[in-house]
Amino acid sequence: MLWPIDLIVLTFVIFCAVAAITVKDLLGTAILFSAYSFLMCLLWAVMGAVDVAFTEASVGAGVSTVFLVAAVFRTSRRTKD
Amino acid sequence: MKFLGFVIVCLTGGLLLYGTMDLPDWGDPASPASTHLSDYYIEHILEETRVPNLVTAVLADYRGYDTMFETAVVFCAGLACFLLLRDFRPKKDRYFRHIPTGVMLHVKNPEIRIIPGNEFEHMDREWVPSDRIIKTVCRILIPFIQIYALYVVAHGDFSPGGGFQGGVIFGSSLILMAISYNLKTLMKRVTEKFLSIFAATGVLIYVGLGVLAMIMGGRFLDYGMLAPLVPWDPGHIRALGMLGVEIGVGIAVMAVMVIIYVNIVSEGRHDEGL
Repeated sequence: MLWPIDLIVLTFVIFCAVAAITVKDLLGTAILFSAYSFLMCLLWAVMGAVDVAFTEASVGAGVSTVFLVAAVFRTSRRTKD
Repeated sequence: MKFLGFVIVCLTGGLLLYGTMDLPDWGDPASPASTHLSDYYIEHILEETRVPNLVTAVLADYRGYDTMFETAVVFCAGLACFLLLRDFRPKKDRYFRHIPTGVMLHVKNPEIRIIPGNEFEHMDREWVPSDRIIKTVCRILIPFIQIYALYVVAHGDFSPGGGFQGGVIFGSSLILMAISYNLKTLMKRVTEKFLSIFAATGVLIYVGLGVLAMIMGGRFLDYGMLAPLVPWDPGHIRALGMLGVEIGVGIAVMAVMVIIYVNIVSEGRHDEGL
């Protein structure tokens, strides 16, 4: 049975999601989003949707993080609110 | 106000969670999706298309029209990034290094033209010498990433993956080059013109295959009609058509990923980046 893996990964997913909206440092938020995407990728793989997991890993955890980091590099690193 | 927002968020979340209770269980064999559609695909895909990966067959053949417009959306994203961010104005502050002496020049007058060549070298504003370890490791790594990307595209019919993922991996290998060396190294090898032509070509390959099928007497994107083009293996024509489409998607996605990255990281100036 895979339910312990599911439970652990889902806990981390919620942790990452909450942390991503509370952290003030935008670079940290980008990395947290990356971690969130990677954990979602694990969940897709556990559910047997390997194609979706592959896309999530390459686009969500890979390229979009680079785009966010590039955007942070060209704007400001701290949030105002 | 903050409290009100919190209450609204909790309420919406609760309603959404309540809504999910009506969804069928994960992998429920009696759910509507599993009773009509999935059976047909599982039973017929292999004999109709000869593609072992059902997901690819559904995405590239049964729902090919949908995937075509997804590719067009990716192309539009690259186009929008280009139109919003690209900045052709000459830059006021430029930095050069006189190579024989190593002296840095800070040029503020836009009318002074210094042509980078054997004597002068273009420099970034926040220039740091590239680390030898990073450069070497990335130089070794990049070819393998690119081969893997090509493998993912070519094996989209047989294993997880396909044009979209392969294109993203290929694009990220180019982005890795821009990060480990500098942006100019990438733009020297992969020019903007090259990227724009590739992004458009990828979409054109996809649409072209569909139009070709129409010319051969079938419907749009009906790969079965392309069989006379490959007389040595007409049975696999649907798999081959899907491969062609995947190659188109891969090219378009690869080019668009690099276009978006380059435009964001250099504020549309294509001179210096991360």
